[in-house]
Amino acid sequence: MGSTSAHGENSTGEGLGRRDLIKRSAALGLIAVPTMSFLSACASGGDTTTKGPAKGAVSKDNPFGVPKGGKMDVVVFKGGFGDDYAKAWEAAFDKKWGTTSSHLGTQEITGKLQPRFNGGNPPDVIDDSGAQQIKVDVLAKGGQLADLTQVLDAPSLDDPSKKVRDMLIPGTVEQGTQGGKFVALYYVYTVFGFWYSGKLFKEKGWSEPKTWDEFLAVCTKAKEAGIGGLAHQGKYPYYINVVIMDLIAKKGGLDAMKAIDNLEPNAFEGNPAALAAVEAVYEVVEKGLLMPGTNGLTHTESQTAWNQYKAAFIPSGSWLENEQLKQTPEDFDMKFLPVPVLADSKLPFEAIRAGAGEPFIVPEKAANKAGGLEFLRSMLSREWSTTFAQQANSLTVVKDGVDPGVKLRPGTQSAVAAVKAAGTNTFNYLYPDWYSEMDTEIQNASNELMAQRIQPKEWIKRAQAAVDKAAKDPNAKNNRRS
Amino acid sequence: MSHVARGTGRGGFITGFLILPLALYLTFVIWPYIQTFGYSFTNWSGQSPTFRFVGLDNYAALMKDEVFRGALWHNLLLLVFVPVITILLALFFAFMVNAGGRSGAGGVRGVRGSGLYKIVYFFPQVLSLAILAVLFGAVYRSDAGGLLNGFLTRLGLVDPAHPVEWLNEPNLVLWCLLMVVVWHGVGFYLVLFSAAMQSIPKDIYEAALLDGAGRAQTFFKVTLPLLWDSVQTSAVYLGIAAMDMFVLVSTMTSGQFGGGPDHHSEVMATVLMRNFLYFGKSGYACAMGVVMLVLTMILSIVTLRATRRERIEF
Repeated sequence: MGSTSAHGENSTGEGLGRRDLIKRSAALGLIAVPTMSFLSACASGGDTTTKGPAKGAVSKDNPFGVPKGGKMDVVVFKGGFGDDYAKAWEAAFDKKWGTTSSHLGTQEITGKLQPRFNGGNPPDVIDDSGAQQIKVDVLAKGGQLADLTQVLDAPSLDDPSKKVRDMLIPGTVEQGTQGGKFVALYYVYTVFGFWYSGKLFKEKGWSEPKTWDEFLAVCTKAKEAGIGGLAHQGKYPYYINVVIMDLIAKKGGLDAMKAIDNLEPNAFEGNPAALAAVEAVYEVVEKGLLMPGTNGLTHTESQTAWNQYKAAFIPSGSWLENEQLKQTPEDFDMKFLPVPVLADSKLPFEAIRAGAGEPFIVPEKAANKAGGLEFLRSMLSREWSTTFAQQANSLTVVKDGVDPGVKLRPGTQSAVAAVKAAGTNTFNYLYPDWYSEMDTEIQNASNELMAQRIQPKEWIKRAQAAVDKAAKDPNAKNNRRS
Repeated sequence: MSHVARGTGRGGFITGFLILPLALYLTFVIWPYIQTFGYSFTNWSGQSPTFRFVGLDNYAALMKDEVFRGALWHNLLLLVFVPVITILLALFFAFMVNAGGRSGAGGVRGVRGSGLYKIVYFFPQVLSLAILAVLFGAVYRSDAGGLLNGFLTRLGLVDPAHPVEWLNEPNLVLWCLLMVVVWHGVGFYLVLFSAAMQSIPKDIYEAALLDGAGRAQTFFKVTLPLLWDSVQTSAVYLGIAAMDMFVLVSTMTSGQFGGGPDHHSEVMATVLMRNFLYFGKSGYACAMGVVMLVLTMILSIVTLRATRRERIEF
């Protein structure tokens, strides 16, 4: 998700430069398309020579037929969660199956993997995340992803009488479904909202705001105390969009959220909840309650400033604590706050946006596809889930997936409490995964709004235009939610 | 008879040497270009080997793409300003370092300490663009922690509650980037021009000096005409750099592959990359690549033609 420091492409560092990339992927295309047949209707991707070991025998303990002693090729995004957890997993996997794992932790997912997808030799498991992730919708459309339904229907490692499917928190399957097929396992359970320092609030005698007016009041007090009210990761308007969209969903209810995901003609325009939400955020800007300069800062810069008590609140997902581990003072006492509600909101204050991040995928053409599927099944065991919580300070989509004996950091702890308080009142937007272009356009509009270059009404207009444009996508009719 | 035989023999010998590099060049440079051209007529998503032929659709869409047109305009602006500013500054400094000094018996020498200046000026060239992006990111940082903002706040020119968000200001962002390119380039072209100046025979300068030419006259009447070839080449190189700009824009400005705020710093390469890798419209991006290639070629030819002059022998 947003937990990276390598936004943007760097063509002079290690790895492939842009020109090289295009040339090389074109060169790979040359292998894939033996003649000039790119002008023909449907060039297929050459012969994928079957390499790797033969399939092992399928049994109850080995539902996918993982061959003993094969090879595993694992690529993970090395962002806010690091990649130590994956190394621990691979060691456990190798021990059990006698495989030899090759590990790659990188932020350049696209640069490293696109040529491999095009060449027909992708890895066996990929954590396809970060700013340079290969969009799951694009991969799914290209038929590059293995159907993971078989993992859901396999027996769980913790309790063989149950299916893996029953061990997951609700929403996991829906989120990973593209065009009716479950293709991506979003593994890290993430909650979104504001974050603040328990220590700062205690010192100043501020209490947790539950309504937007109370929120503005705390921001005003902060300003009087000489610090910024709201900080946000201005260079990446993704984060302030979380606030805007959560306000819309809370005020207008789940229907308002679905209207956006389903690209309805009145998703933004003519939707009073949307206008109220944007106006509420704009009020923070107008009243000068933003941390000075926050509009141009990167995520690390603004989060670090917030860790230095230069602002009261910052929006983010629950990867924040792990991402800021080194910059957070010992006694900071990080706390999660659901986005406060506007007057007459349909959802309560406790409602939170919750969803899963870090899509793990198994390519259709993986050499050891059975191994990849088994790897995913193991990830959904309590043992591997606990490993993740310990190494990466975050929760997974496995229900009660963390051993009670494990002590969590304060931010994660308060996030767990918020999840409990929310109960079934959770919601999640799907449009960022479905429509990259629309998401980007709304982000641009938000950047303009925060810099006071456009007004809320203009924001609504631009957001609606982005929705209307996305509605013309031929894929739009497959991506419907109810 | 024997002369002809010897000629073909030598020709065969040379061809033997050239055939391998030529084959490599055709395979790894020219062929990908042709492929890109082919892909630009398809709806290739970039993540799968299957695609469909769509004819000129991509090019038609490109004509209507406001973001791309904006990017093209920014490239053209840079195309004018990057070479002009860089070459003028480089020429000025090179002249001062090599022939600007006034004292001394010979009369033709650089200003005092010119050796040191050359090293100092060349230094930015040693840094990679990625480092520059980080460096200038700190200079342009949008809060009081930025070098420029910190400096201006100290001087009382900027209100600490409203620091200048350099790279987030639509009217400033392109100029901020231009500054970085010029800062990076001047040193290299200074050294290039210095080398060219040093090959100019001293007697010409001495003659000019004896005739009572000042610094300006010496420069315009002697140095510049004799340097014309180097200036011309520099203009082409800088022009190509201005058509690219990818690394700086994508790392320093906001947005997926840069271009922000709201497309105000967009260049063709950033739009191309976003479509190629993020929106899954690689065929469309290939069409942009073809347009860029054509424009760059036209640019090179025009520059070389327009600046052609009588070559001065010395």
